[in-house]
Amino acid sequence: MSEPVTTEPLTTEPLTTEPLVEVEAAVKHFPIRQGVVFKREVGRVHAVEGVSLTVRRGETLGLVGETGCGKSTLARCITKLHPLTSGKLLFEGRDITGLSRSQVRPFRRRMQMIFQDPYGSLNPRRRVGSIIGDPFAIHGEGSRDERKPRVQELMELVGLNPEHYNRFPAEFSGGQRQRIGVARALALKPSLIVADEPVSALDVSIQAQILNLLEDLQHEFGLTYLFISHDLSVVRHVSDRIAVMYLGQVVELAASEELHGRPRHPYTNALLSAASVADPDQAAARQRIVLTGDVPSPIAPPSGCRFHPRCPKAQQICVQQTPPLVARAGDPDSHLTACHFPVEPGEDLTRVTATIPEEERAE
Amino acid sequence: MSLLEVSDLHVSFRTTDGDVRAVRGVSFELDSGRTLGIVGESGSGKSVCTQTLLGLTTGARVRGTARFEGEDLLSMSEDEFRAVRGAKIAAIFQDPLSSLHPLYKVGWQIVEMIRAHEPVSRAAARRRAVELLGLVGIPHPAQRIDDYPHQFSGGMRQRALIAMALALEPKLVIADEPTTALDATVQAQILDLLLRLQQETGMALIMITHDLGVIAGLADEVMVMYAGRAAERADRRGLYYRAHHPYTNGLLESIPSSSAAGARLRPIPGQPPSLIRLPPGCAFHPRCAFAMDRCTREQPELTPVEDGAGHTSACWLPGRLLGTTEEMKRARQDASAAGRTVERVPGQGTGQDASVEEGAA
Repeated sequence: MSEPVTTEPLTTEPLTTEPLVEVEAAVKHFPIRQGVVFKREVGRVHAVEGVSLTVRRGETLGLVGETGCGKSTLARCITKLHPLTSGKLLFEGRDITGLSRSQVRPFRRRMQMIFQDPYGSLNPRRRVGSIIGDPFAIHGEGSRDERKPRVQELMELVGLNPEHYNRFPAEFSGGQRQRIGVARALALKPSLIVADEPVSALDVSIQAQILNLLEDLQHEFGLTYLFISHDLSVVRHVSDRIAVMYLGQVVELAASEELHGRPRHPYTNALLSAASVADPDQAAARQRIVLTGDVPSPIAPPSGCRFHPRCPKAQQICVQQTPPLVARAGDPDSHLTACHFPVEPGEDLTRVTATIPEEERAE
Repeated sequence: MSLLEVSDLHVSFRTTDGDVRAVRGVSFELDSGRTLGIVGESGSGKSVCTQTLLGLTTGARVRGTARFEGEDLLSMSEDEFRAVRGAKIAAIFQDPLSSLHPLYKVGWQIVEMIRAHEPVSRAAARRRAVELLGLVGIPHPAQRIDDYPHQFSGGMRQRALIAMALALEPKLVIADEPTTALDATVQAQILDLLLRLQQETGMALIMITHDLGVIAGLADEVMVMYAGRAAERADRRGLYYRAHHPYTNGLLESIPSSSAAGARLRPIPGQPPSLIRLPPGCAFHPRCAFAMDRCTREQPELTPVEDGAGHTSACWLPGRLLGTTEEMKRARQDASAAGRTVERVPGQGTGQDASVEEGAA
């Protein structure tokens, strides 16, 4: 490999606006094929549809949305586990969209993933030491003997006992397994870590341990996180900025507190109002915006704004035109909303009704 | 007499590694029209507890009584149980896909369930099924009744299961993590639905969850379980605002809350203990920041604390220490320092690595 194998100096640089990952008009379709000999394409799953997004160096960008909104697909496109159907992907300023498997390898070591399921993401028949040492082996760093102390160092870093080097994943609890996943992701000192629902499978008390660990590691190594979760309270806790996705598109993007304080997109409002809060008085006081129906199929997404069939504010224009993701009147430049009729502060969404006929909404 | 009275329930499973003591002396009662939330982490025994009430823990050794309308569920024969389960006590489980048979139409499964308990015609049962699907908010129920489970979305499947559970107008519904597999907006819909149906039918509801957020707006009473025992029981506000047990407070503090966004979380150190080799005394003491000498020897029982009626906690700390304010934490520190002769680090030692150590042995 042509890349030098020296590791980056550890940096604790503050939050900058320097982009680490830039996604431009990313589209990802999965073809649906039918037939035995000639596999005709009979349809497409529009998983990601024209997403433009920047992840800045040193920040945590939260990606929220419900099942099937394309958040995981987008993350996998960013780490080049899926090729993009169209669009552009820049990593550390270099265009890596069209790179081949071998060309992308030097970049791969700079971006790592942590997966949701600590049971499914670790090979049960391999020892923990060798699982964590895999990145070194794959990228040809050090001999087997040289790797062991480095793996043990990593284990210590994430709060595992280095003496457990020779154990199997089954001998660890869920929280400890997730630590193994974190250690493996950290092995090559990446700049970007894509964490796809890293704490969803864990109990609350263990979840907090892992969130604190991720936070410590970010400070220590100047990591950038793309943090995916369906749990809004977790995303709010870890994120500097949050992008809300619905049916393959980013509908709102803003600084974490700004998004929670002044959500503009009706879907964001609904999502926030539906989040569970562990406080009986707050739970009783808040107005839940209960959305009607289910998320439409991404095979034939609705026209115009994709949220219009369920939106309490939808009007004729929403059926015809897709709203761009831009800063709306009265918002800071960093607060982007894709909505023709953004929610005004103080507006009660439980009282408005859409002005388009039922038949047009039905998808 | 309450609708359901469970007293001193013990459930254990024999395994090759030893007895798994899943439930160790749980008592509670529930009246019609009320909701009891049971909260706990994996392995706390919350599900085993209610599955035993449904007669679903085959092979388990069960001790204690569970009186439902005066009759002990635990001493019923399988035939007697079958008449109660489904008709009077219904259950809604976490995973709606595996609770429905994939090869039968949704409507057929509901019809079959009705006809198993009541002598009605197929057509009448089908009419009831359509009505029920409409009641739980499935659009065009008359058409959707002939769909297969895979044609339903996750939220719709859970609605169908709720329809099935309610088909025979049960007196008690046990919902075991009914919304865990669902998205936030769908979860809100399902919880609203359960609450509305409860108000309409006056059924009693047991909600089992690991998420304190889910039942904050729902439960009349909450029981927190840890390692097979009740750690604390209180009405909703008492539990969330004036919790006594360090485990309850720890759970509440582990949740990233909106009021303290960005602040560091305070997790409970360590892990839940192995149910085969439980620590002596209070099962929580190895993870507890306020453990005293007594906690390592004597197991505390649920005792009333200095809060309204019915608030009980199984902890040796003084009953006046309630809530998570800084003042209370200091008072707890002082109380525990007074009752302690050796220093210990929470999360270390007994319990923490139990499962790992066993595996390695």
